[in-house]
Amino acid sequence: MKKSKILLGTALLAVIGLITVAADHIDAPATQGTTADISDFYAFQGENTDNLVFVANVQGLLSPIATDGASFDENVLVEINIDTDGDSVEDLVIQAIPRDGVMHFFGPILPSYTGKNSAISEMSSVRGEVAITPYGSNAIIATSDAGIKMFAGPRDDPFFMDFARYGEIIAGTATGFNNPGADTFAGSNVLSIVVEVPKQMIGTSGAIGAWVEAKVKQ
Amino acid sequence: MKINFIKYTAAIVLSSIVLIGCSKNDADDNSMMMAEEMGPDFSGTYILKDQIGRPAVNTVFVSSANKDEFNGTIPSEQNANFQGRFETNLKALSPAFANEGDMNALGQDAAAFTGLLATDVLGVSLDGKTTFYDGVAENTLSGRALADDVITVELLLIFGGEDFSENPTLSNDNVDKNDKEFLTSFPYLASPW
Repeated sequence: MKKSKILLGTALLAVIGLITVAADHIDAPATQGTTADISDFYAFQGENTDNLVFVANVQGLLSPIATDGASFDENVLVEINIDTDGDSVEDLVIQAIPRDGVMHFFGPILPSYTGKNSAISEMSSVRGEVAITPYGSNAIIATSDAGIKMFAGPRDDPFFMDFARYGEIIAGTATGFNNPGADTFAGSNVLSIVVEVPKQMIGTSGAIGAWVEAKVKQ
Repeated sequence: MKINFIKYTAAIVLSSIVLIGCSKNDADDNSMMMAEEMGPDFSGTYILKDQIGRPAVNTVFVSSANKDEFNGTIPSEQNANFQGRFETNLKALSPAFANEGDMNALGQDAAAFTGLLATDVLGVSLDGKTTFYDGVAENTLSGRALADDVITVELLLIFGGEDFSENPTLSNDNVDKNDKEFLTSFPYLASPW
């Protein structure tokens, strides 16, 4: 690849206007800075390898001072979607929503309907709750009757990237990354929802598809 | 105003029915009913506002004007609506992809690579190792662990060419790990700053 082409590419990139923060932090105008702004999503095998862990982070880029005043929004449903048959349509959901200092979890359960709208599966027998950990306190962890572990509260943002330099490259004021780079997300927090689920509640083997949605009460 | 008046009237009528109902019961029934009524309210419809499967897809591959549209498009409809736009943006970002037969290290040309990315769903294995990329082909996109250097992987797939050797100054941000150690046990994420 010729360098002139790379420069053309970065110039076009600037025109496209990609100067926003990864991974999903403040990714779009309508969600940016709101309580429904998802910053990141992780899915991995747990310490107990019979379990899968899902992490959904919202309200990224919180300074320590801002973290003290940040809270989950009772009008925002965080929904982990799981596709078990490869059609990118959710077959199972895990729903998390706060009420009065407690994060309530429903599922994994077949949703009452799929797509853009959701109703909370409050009649589900697969449910649990955990007190939201206050800033400055040790992590409060709860385990439901079904063996699901739950956490909700502020954490260090696990995402790392030299976003500042990336922005300079996109803007055409730098031609490459520094070595070493500087983690733009160092010292910042997020509000995290972490749920660890026995794999047998999701499937037996193979791969699933997973994504997280923030849905706002109508 | 008229609709509000009807709603408020209905609310007053309903609440008075509930109050009358309670007053007819003895103390035990009364407290039971109150407990039920005072439980959290989970009713209502919740509408899609933001979503993510794989890291940085909306950020990198969706043009500014389309970002809210992408967040509001369910995954099963993302490929049809966005693959073409992703391919255009990829070729602008990394012009080598515009050359016939040019591929990334996964052996994907621009159409195949953006075809994978346009449906923003993270593949997760139920059988073992879960990682975005660890250099072992069979583990690729088997999940996303906290320590995975996903940005460098994506930069490599965008800029690094067929063998990760092209554009070395663009294909690694040289930030390889988090600013705090992760925990080995639940909840895995480090305590806040």
